[in-house]
Amino acid sequence: MHKIEILGMGCAKCNKLEEIARKASDEMGIEYELVKVKDIEKIMNYGVMVTPALVIDGEVKTAGKIPSLEEIKKMIGGLK
Amino acid sequence: MNDCGCNVITESCTKDKEKKDRSFIPLLLMLSAGIVLYIFLKDITDYFVFTLIGLDPVNRLTMALHFFIYEVPKVLLLLTVIVFVVGIIRSYFSPEKTRKALEGKPLFLGNIMASTLGIVTPFCSCSAIPLFIGFMETGIPLGVTFSFLIAAPMINEVALILLFGLFGWKTALIYASTGLLIAIISGWIIGKMNMTRFVQEWVFEIKSGELNLEEETPSFTERIDAGYTAVKEIVSKVWIYIMIGIGVGAFVHGYVPENFMASIMGKSVWWSVPAAVLIGVPLYSNAAGIIPIIQALIAKGASLGTALAFMMAVIGLSLPEMIILKKVIKLPLMILFVSIVASGIMIVGYLFNYLY
Repeated sequence: MHKIEILGMGCAKCNKLEEIARKASDEMGIEYELVKVKDIEKIMNYGVMVTPALVIDGEVKTAGKIPSLEEIKKMIGGLK
Repeated sequence: MNDCGCNVITESCTKDKEKKDRSFIPLLLMLSAGIVLYIFLKDITDYFVFTLIGLDPVNRLTMALHFFIYEVPKVLLLLTVIVFVVGIIRSYFSPEKTRKALEGKPLFLGNIMASTLGIVTPFCSCSAIPLFIGFMETGIPLGVTFSFLIAAPMINEVALILLFGLFGWKTALIYASTGLLIAIISGWIIGKMNMTRFVQEWVFEIKSGELNLEEETPSFTERIDAGYTAVKEIVSKVWIYIMIGIGVGAFVHGYVPENFMASIMGKSVWWSVPAAVLIGVPLYSNAAGIIPIIQALIAKGASLGTALAFMMAVIGLSLPEMIILKKVIKLPLMILFVSIVASGIMIVGYLFNYLY
């Protein structure tokens, strides 16, 4: 079970990132739980200054941009 | 700030040859086609409107139509090229790097650097709070942080291109340099006034973690890709505002009588500058939509200073941004921030009405 977190205080870009992350995870066929983190304190705890950020299993993968579907798939592929 | 098409650093690792080809050849082709089109655009439009459709040049509808047909491709061409270049430039900057650069800098130098970096650092208003906290935490002074937050939305690449395209390089330069000056001086004043007590307490309680993003330095091909991404993101978002803006501008060109605006926005009307700022602050528009309208207003007798002040108030100070910032700063600081920036804009407005 992997934990995917989307950090962001609710802008259009965060929703877009969520959508892509979900799609990538589904297509890779992994078991996952997706959480949207909107609390600024938690976001800052990750050391992220620009949102949206993508966190997989507690590790910040990207910040301040929307990676492509392929890029996220690659990150997920590197998990196992 | 409105164009949240920032943050386009590409870190993809695919460096295969195929990708390189995709990046360079269409780029050169498009660039040369663009330049040719740009040079002959006026002739093409004239030919199309007057010869091909055979419209009467003094007709109002013709004037509006000619304006529209000429301006839309011109502005979109300029926009695409500059957004592309800015996208590449921005791939060299990030908020983290900016923060590092600003750490421990003395006040005035810090203000200058923060304002300048505010122009090139990829940033959008949805990240204003984490960025604010991140800056405060590393001990970057409040005034320096504000210089950044003022410059970032105020000097906007889309606005710069449109001013360049519609008014010429002088106006674009004036806009950029006065915007920079306002950001530097406003931030410096805020810094001098010891306003840290008006930052919300919780900001100082947050302990942020260490971020270890393994970001490879992007190759040049990837930076070019960042340029493409920027074009895709920004142009797909603002083209509609540009069309609407130029549409309204075209209407004004064709139908509003000459010198109509002189009585309201002319330089002899002393209250026009503060009025323009007061109306402009709560208005929230894309730079892309507002500038074509401004151009049309100026053509009808509005003075450059008043129009510039209006534009800067609209894009530099916006209600949504204030609502976001309200979460981290208290009312007195908010009022100070808005009034200093608004005064700066008014001074610029009067200055230009006086100079031109």
